[in-house]
Amino acid sequence: MTVESLAKLDGMTPLVLCEPEREIDGVYIGDLLSWVMGNASSGDAWITIMSNINILAVASLSDVSTIVLAEGVALEEAVIATAKEKGINIISSELSTFETAVLLSHFL
Amino acid sequence: MSEILNFHFDVDGDDFTSAGKASVQVKKNLRQLGLPPEIIRRVSIAMYEGEINMVIHAGGGKADVNVTEEYVEILLCDNGPGIKDVEQAMQEGFSTATDNIRSLGFGAGMGLPNMKRYSDYMDIKSKVGEGTDITMRVNIN
Repeated sequence: MTVESLAKLDGMTPLVLCEPEREIDGVYIGDLLSWVMGNASSGDAWITIMSNINILAVASLSDVSTIVLAEGVALEEAVIATAKEKGINIISSELSTFETAVLLSHFL
Repeated sequence: MSEILNFHFDVDGDDFTSAGKASVQVKKNLRQLGLPPEIIRRVSIAMYEGEINMVIHAGGGKADVNVTEEYVEILLCDNGPGIKDVEQAMQEGFSTATDNIRSLGFGAGMGLPNMKRYSDYMDIKSKVGEGTDITMRVNIN
């Protein structure tokens, strides 16, 4: 599925959609940034509850298709602005990390 | 004769929010050079881990990236406290990062292991009280 179609599902809110047509090839879940960098694959949707600005560099370098901010975690305006600048997709999910992953699993 | 392309960066030690700047720039530069995506991914992740280490532990430093026909070479140099036991530091899960750093999602003890994992060659020269020099190479072919 594309990042845009994920963003349209119930419980999902698009925060930044720079590349809406980007295909989601898999899912990676994690909050330890180096762990994510070492294990996420290019094209994965990355589910996390980390919201500091460093997630943008991690998303960009590991080339994930989108960040999915689970559990309704809020994102600062400055992070949203930088994500737009850097072209990084971010979707907010009001579901728990587990529920978000289960939802995604139906489309992979 | 193959020409060597060099990119130089000063890594700011104070600014945690802009950490990763050099790595993201290198990713862009390598993309412009038309290198394969997987090579670019490996170089930029290895470099990001090194850059973050310099910010967390060494108060910044210098980074140089050399691109040859055979490999991309990353040279990281800092005047930080040095690594007491390199073998121990290379173990997954070992970290000396503070709780504050950990709360940002760093300090998983995966930085150096990731650098080794994503490079084809890695050498660490470190002296306590003087600093650390790291060389990494990612082969292009």
